[in-house]
Amino acid sequence: MSGIPHDHYEPKSNGEKWLASRLPIVGLLYDTLMIPTPKNLNWMWIWGIVLTFCLALQIVTGIVLVMHYTPHVDMAFASVEHIMRDVNGGYMLRYLHSNGASLFFVAVYAHIFRGLYYGSYKAPREITWIIGMLIYLLMMATGFMGYVLPWGQMSFWGATVITGLFGAIPFVGESLQTFLLGGPAVDNATLNRFFSLHYLLPFVIAALVAVHIWAFHTTGNNNPTGVEVRRGSKEEAQKDTLPFWPYFVIKDLFALAVILAVFFAIVGFMPNYLGHPDNYIEANPLATPAHIVPEWYFLPFYAILRAFTSEVWVVQIASFVTGGIIDAKFFGVLAMFGAIAVMALVPWLDTSSVRSGRYRPMFKWWFALLVVDFFALMWLGAMPAEEPYASFSLIASAYWFGYFLVILPLLGVIEKPLAPPASIEDDFDAHYAPKAGDADAAAKPAE
Amino acid sequence: MTMIKKLTLSAFVALGLSSTGAIASESGGHHIENIDFSFDGPFGAFDVNQLQRGLQIYTEVCSACHGLKFVPIRSIGDEGGPHMPEDQVIEYAKQFEVYDAELDDFRPAIPVDHFPKSNLSNAPDLSLMAKKRAAFHGPYGLGINQFFKGIGGPEYIVGILNGYTGEVKEQAGTTFYENTAFPSGWIAMAPPLSDEAVDFADGHSNDLHHMSEDVAAFLMWTAEPKMMARKQAGFAGVLFLTLLSVLLYLTNKRIWAPVKYKKRD
Repeated sequence: MSGIPHDHYEPKSNGEKWLASRLPIVGLLYDTLMIPTPKNLNWMWIWGIVLTFCLALQIVTGIVLVMHYTPHVDMAFASVEHIMRDVNGGYMLRYLHSNGASLFFVAVYAHIFRGLYYGSYKAPREITWIIGMLIYLLMMATGFMGYVLPWGQMSFWGATVITGLFGAIPFVGESLQTFLLGGPAVDNATLNRFFSLHYLLPFVIAALVAVHIWAFHTTGNNNPTGVEVRRGSKEEAQKDTLPFWPYFVIKDLFALAVILAVFFAIVGFMPNYLGHPDNYIEANPLATPAHIVPEWYFLPFYAILRAFTSEVWVVQIASFVTGGIIDAKFFGVLAMFGAIAVMALVPWLDTSSVRSGRYRPMFKWWFALLVVDFFALMWLGAMPAEEPYASFSLIASAYWFGYFLVILPLLGVIEKPLAPPASIEDDFDAHYAPKAGDADAAAKPAE
Repeated sequence: MTMIKKLTLSAFVALGLSSTGAIASESGGHHIENIDFSFDGPFGAFDVNQLQRGLQIYTEVCSACHGLKFVPIRSIGDEGGPHMPEDQVIEYAKQFEVYDAELDDFRPAIPVDHFPKSNLSNAPDLSLMAKKRAAFHGPYGLGINQFFKGIGGPEYIVGILNGYTGEVKEQAGTTFYENTAFPSGWIAMAPPLSDEAVDFADGHSNDLHHMSEDVAAFLMWTAEPKMMARKQAGFAGVLFLTLLSVLLYLTNKRIWAPVKYKKRD
């Protein structure tokens, strides 16, 4: 399966041979777990395990929550309170699930920005990147629909606002919105279909995760240098890599345990910190909350959505050229989805011949600014739609698009990159300089 | 020299006050004072006596208009809550009339029934009141200080009960009372509590401020009845995971030791 030469599983006993000739599942698991992994991976390469854990946590807690939840407009809110009060450990299940969504997004953003910095999207890993973006889109859809289920005020009005975005699409928008809602407004039909999809999509995500892993196990992991593993022979590859088990499994589990300690502190001591108090008010179609604010993980894109008002000249030009078909609202929707689309297209927008940002002196600064820009957008998304936030949002949105559409393509041409190390082994030894003398004592592998 | 010292000191005091004292509420202009409740912070726990006093205030005053429809009456006997003895819970339940679909009639409540709904259509249910009002949004709106202070819901309730200025106005046939804690500044609820409105069997202070803290604590419990168990679970989780982290750290170090700093062949 893998392009990096390494030892494969050899069935020994008769039983093993019997199974292997019918279903080579042990070999598949062995190859997956023992995959040669660049030995210089740093701590930003732990998020994959955290994400896998989050998916499992959400599915397991979710399945139990479903046993006690009632997807009906008259009973949903009360059934969540029933979970909080009467179900054994229900308060933990629910808080783990709602905060688990936040941990999921913390991890996915760290994972995405790691990929953007170290050029993990570049050839030959474009498919891994695209699958990852699909997973991210599905995560957002799942998170959004899950937030509707408790049927609080933010659930209801969030659903109203977000499905309204589809209504902004010219010609088909209104019919599409009605189709999504199952009626003219957010109601029981909406709640039921969101519940159904909220249960379904995580399994689609799980399948895509398998494809994601399959893809990067075929190309091999990227690493902080962006230099490929030498694969002329097994011996050569072994100088650059170590098997995933136990070296990276234990390292990743250590990182996961530290992250979960913080996570449990939040769940145990401030579980409503990341939620909105208004969602403890039962949904009321007749009372609109003063501020409708999405969950924090949507805020950067929500800020981009709101940034393009009818006063912005780009919007006015678009409206004029299309004869009013693209109005401010639709432009905002296009910008929001476009912001994710440009990120998905980054393998073809980055023209640099060097993969890792570590060896790109100019890129480093533009990337740092992109990270700042992302947090600025997140903050602006939570602010009311008024000055000076509106102007800031516009500037921050412009940088987001500018980074992907202008800066990245140009940098590849004008930047003079530094020379990456010749091999992963060189990079590793530069960090952990080989000591003279005690090599024999240290070279014994741990059992 | 002393002048500069004094100035620096007062600057620090001012900074300290602005970050720990009054914090702007949801609407921006209204100030909610932080109160050191016994249940604030990771180590905080409900004060059983305070919850029982709060229950008494709710029963004698608030319940005239406001319901607690999500709260089962039996839960006032729970550990980590008011922890009333079983016979008292049974006795307590009898004062409420509930509709029984099987009898097609009203009957006295039993502990497994929930508290009744609000008697007045415009009186909000109080079950979750302490969680649906956040008063603390922390420095730069990050709300990190909630870790030690909570979201400020109970403080908001105390603010409302003590926020009446005495001003009254009529609007479209409804009387509104000026209240410094209420977001719009005018609330339809008449001042519900006053000094000595309730007498406590143990002779505990029954001035307005003490009573409003008691009832706010009780409503925090109705909103988050499993808070004690949750914090315990949090501690167990953090402790166990910290221990696991240490073990995994050592394991990781041992596994990598032969690989790092290894002499090349």
